Amino acid sequence: MHDAGKELARPTALEMLDGPITDASLRRYLDGIPGVDAVGLEQRAADLGSRSIKTTSKAWALDTIIRLIDLTTLEGADTPGKVRSLSAKAVTPDASDRSTPQVAAVCVYGDMVPYAVEALGAHHSVGGEGGINVAAVATAFPSGRASLAVKLADTADAVDTGADEIDMVIDRGAFLSGRYGQVYDEIVAVKEACRRSDGSYAHLKVILETGELNTYDNVRRASWLSILAGGDFIKTSTGKVSPAATLPVTLLMLQVVRDWHLLTGEKVGVKPAGGIRSSKDAIKYLVTVAETVGEEWLQPHLFRFGASSLLNDVLLQRQKLTTGQYSGADYVTID
Amino acid sequence: MSFLDYAPAPESTSVLNLKKQYGLFINGEFVDGRGDGFATISPATEKHIAQIATATDADVDDAVRAARRAYDTVWSTMSGSDRGKYLFRIARLVQERARELAVAESLDNGKPIKESRDVDVPLVAAWFFYYAGWADKLDHAGLGANPRSLGVAGQVIPWNFPLLMLAWKIAPALAAGNTVVLKPAETTPLTALIFAEILQQAELPAGVVNIVTGAGATGRALVAHPGIDKVAFTGSTAVGREIARTIAGTSKRVTLELGGKAANIVFDDAPIDEAVEGIVNGIFFNQGHVCCAGSRLLVQESIHDEVIERLKRRMATLRVGDPLDKNTDVGAINSREQLDRIRALSDQGEAEGAERWSPDCELPTDGFWFKPTIFTGVSTSDTIAREEIFGPVLSVLTFRTPAEAIAKANNTPYGLSAGIWSDKGSRILAVADKLRAGVIWANTFNKFDPSSPFGGYKESGYGREGGKHGLGAYLATAASGTSLPSSIAPSVPAELTAPAEPATPAEPTAAVQAPTTETTTAPNGAAE
Amino acid sequence: MSRLTVPKTYKLYIGGKFPRSESGRTYEVRAADGGFLANAAKASRKDARDAVVAARAAVSGWSGATAYNRGQVLYRIAELLEGRRAQFIDEIVQVEGVSPAEATAQVDQAIDRWVWYAGWADKYQQVTGNANPVSGPYFNLSVAEPTGVVAVIAPQENSLIGLVGVVAPALVAGNTVVVVASEAAPLSAISLAEVLATSDVPGGVVNILTGSPAEMAPWLAGHADVNAIDLTGATELDWVDLEIAAAETLKRVLRPAGGVDAAAPALERITWLTETKTVWHTKALI
Repeated sequence: MHDAGKELARPTALEMLDGPITDASLRRYLDGIPGVDAVGLEQRAADLGSRSIKTTSKAWALDTIIRLIDLTTLEGADTPGKVRSLSAKAVTPDASDRSTPQVAAVCVYGDMVPYAVEALGAHHSVGGEGGINVAAVATAFPSGRASLAVKLADTADAVDTGADEIDMVIDRGAFLSGRYGQVYDEIVAVKEACRRSDGSYAHLKVILETGELNTYDNVRRASWLSILAGGDFIKTSTGKVSPAATLPVTLLMLQVVRDWHLLTGEKVGVKPAGGIRSSKDAIKYLVTVAETVGEEWLQPHLFRFGASSLLNDVLLQRQKLTTGQYSGADYVTID
Repeated sequence: MSFLDYAPAPESTSVLNLKKQYGLFINGEFVDGRGDGFATISPATEKHIAQIATATDADVDDAVRAARRAYDTVWSTMSGSDRGKYLFRIARLVQERARELAVAESLDNGKPIKESRDVDVPLVAAWFFYYAGWADKLDHAGLGANPRSLGVAGQVIPWNFPLLMLAWKIAPALAAGNTVVLKPAETTPLTALIFAEILQQAELPAGVVNIVTGAGATGRALVAHPGIDKVAFTGSTAVGREIARTIAGTSKRVTLELGGKAANIVFDDAPIDEAVEGIVNGIFFNQGHVCCAGSRLLVQESIHDEVIERLKRRMATLRVGDPLDKNTDVGAINSREQLDRIRALSDQGEAEGAERWSPDCELPTDGFWFKPTIFTGVSTSDTIAREEIFGPVLSVLTFRTPAEAIAKANNTPYGLSAGIWSDKGSRILAVADKLRAGVIWANTFNKFDPSSPFGGYKESGYGREGGKHGLGAYLATAASGTSLPSSIAPSVPAELTAPAEPATPAEPTAAVQAPTTETTTAPNGAAE
Repeated sequence: MSRLTVPKTYKLYIGGKFPRSESGRTYEVRAADGGFLANAAKASRKDARDAVVAARAAVSGWSGATAYNRGQVLYRIAELLEGRRAQFIDEIVQVEGVSPAEATAQVDQAIDRWVWYAGWADKYQQVTGNANPVSGPYFNLSVAEPTGVVAVIAPQENSLIGLVGVVAPALVAGNTVVVVASEAAPLSAISLAEVLATSDVPGGVVNILTGSPAEMAPWLAGHADVNAIDLTGATELDWVDLEIAAAETLKRVLRPAGGVDAAAPALERITWLTETKTVWHTKALI
């Protein structure tokens, strides 16, 4: 497993560790990363959250949020009908204003992928670009508690049926018991399971489940670990555990992504997911991205919101900017 | 369109109800000053805000007499519980008019509305709330039983946190049973005058608080007035020296809160992103117009380059501009005079060989502005490493070991504050032990709380504001600092001792004791 | 013909809500002249149990609030009491049969007493805690922490002053309270509950039971999830038995006090409900 890891890891990962990638070498590397002062981090997040985004900035922000949403349904009760309805909403978020931008992707369970692909039709991206992507959660989402073989099969199935993106979960049990090597190897293996027959790869988002990692130091280490192992995006949460995404945790992950970029020139994406329900909150995230890692990250290939009810709140705000009056739930569609 | 060019987000001034002209606040009313009035302007635009009165010596005398009358006839005989209730009322009124006060403060001072709204004004209310609760608990303050008020306090405050400094002075003075004559700074009288309106709404008895506006002469007249028992001053060390000389030999008690040149010490194991925030906050908060500003960065040499790189990147996102825009991080310099001083010292820094850097930012043409600036390659003998600049200018020095950091941090006549950044608790506590500074922040900076004592060592002044320590400055006890128990000191003429007064009851229904005319002996055996 | 009144129903106050007793029982509250005033809820041991559960659930939020915040909340309660002076005066006149002037003095004293305690919230720590100069390279600090859930038998002889005098100090340090009000004069206690319910104090921080202290005190004294019991108002009960029951889980016990004002304001009423925690931390430069 370690050998496979060596070949597939980011070339820079091997330079970082300056030697073979093992539990011990990963631990030494990750433990050497500067710590996080929680009080200071949360205060910085609060400062960023106090920015006042008005008029033209707000209008741009609202449209941008929509373009960055992974419109999500992850319920045991999901059916083909539900997925079709979600996909229709992704294509036409606001029935009363067809100039509204489309979302970045729909996010569903692996076995719902075919229905999403079919429902999106012509609006489905070609090669992961230019339209709406289909993202699938995999690797025994949300708990990750299954054998590696099961998790890889889960991933491969989703990729085979047309998923453009895979949102995997790390093994938190392994992480919290210090088996960094295992976490690393699994990410590498899942990335390989994202490989299609034509040699292209589905985009891999690595869910840290920050609520279970509990400390900011752990989140920082897990972020570095996921990037070293080849993740294209680091994602905060499954949305099934509270707390899900928070502004401080996302700020922290953006700092890691910024540092990685400065170190290697590579750009990794960030996706906060779960608990972001209001436009007001989502705008805080845009500010945080722009002031931490730069405006360039405010694009679908580098930043996403994992959300469901957020979209309608954004639409209500958008309607207010257009009409000048406060809107209501009857004026946005449910999916 | 760049998202980071945020659209204007102005805080409206419509919440203000300013007068065109303000008088002096003496004996519960606004009265004309006998001196030539002057204008207060917005330092961001240089536009006129209001006409302010100048208090002459005669006006100061009126104010002190009013304060004395109020002390003798109303305030010193009032129960602590009632004094507390007035202070609670004031705290509530400040909360109710918080937005108005914040806007007025930003307009008159130049600081960002984000700061006056989120830091200054809430602390003002908190200060009054905190001291309100002490008014009827003075014998629990650890100063002996029956501590007594001093009489009339003359208070002179600076322009950097106008309303907050007013709160730091008035709240404990009143809680301890004193009455007050306060002189706001010449460039920032506005919120003090609105505060006077709040006192009227609170129905504070006339003369308990008097506000006399004016320039340096007014302040000198107040400090020198023979009718005051206590001087409290916050401002420059130079003026502090003058005051200490003026009151020498008199029976006046004095507390001074003066300048600083604080070291912000960053160790190699610091939580690095938070440390950078702490450096930025330490010197750019309030445009660096902060006595306890972290104006010297002492960074461990091994991480110097990385810290400076991160710092520069972070400084590039600071927004300098209209104080009333909610997204402004750094506002205007308070006056032309201060701007000239900052410029002169910065030019000196360059002349002495340090390397100067500021982020690109467009400064407005009107008003007083200075870009956030850092100097690297600073040596301990450089002017900008020694002298307080009182502006958004950081001097960066390095160190190799904790002992060296401590030595460099302490190597200054000042001693107000310091910052320590490290992930290691034992190091933080040991370094804190050795720093000769009155306020030490670990992994944070510029944090204030009414329950936390604030004040300096050495030439940063003496006395503490905040906490129960802040009460001691306004009470007569054996441990008052400038007088000793009579068993040790030479005998002091009776007319120079503080006037005796009834003991402050702990419970509103307790009987008030009869006043004595001789010095009394406190239960712990020491004479007052 | 004078206007027909809309008499108030006096229920218990548990977890921020006003339930009737789960037992369905009530008892008559009579005026000083013997006239009927109200049927007050007669709390049962199950109500006491529920109150303790609510109090326990509220501990982490209330003790986790900043001292300043607790002071603000307590001060706000005083503001609301002030706003309702007339109601409290009226109830005391009816129940205790005193003159309006005397009732007014009582209400004023009760409000002022509450304000006195509110002002302690961000100060008692400075008076009771301290750094300790241990011999060795250690930072050593003693702080006072709240003990947790406090059961209280309020003074029985008056409606409000005694109640305020036992409840307010417990709250100052971050404890939560289950208080058994005066049996004969319970109306002010429920009116106080209405004040609490409309203030910013979270549900469960104060829980008020009306009924028989003799019936409920033993259950509270023996309850393993109660950290301290204030027996100030238990002068007429077999309080030694209560102390013995409390001994089972080593509860902190405050014995009954007689006298004119058994719950007179005192710093000690705050501090006996705190636990001193002393923390050591090494100090080293190298």
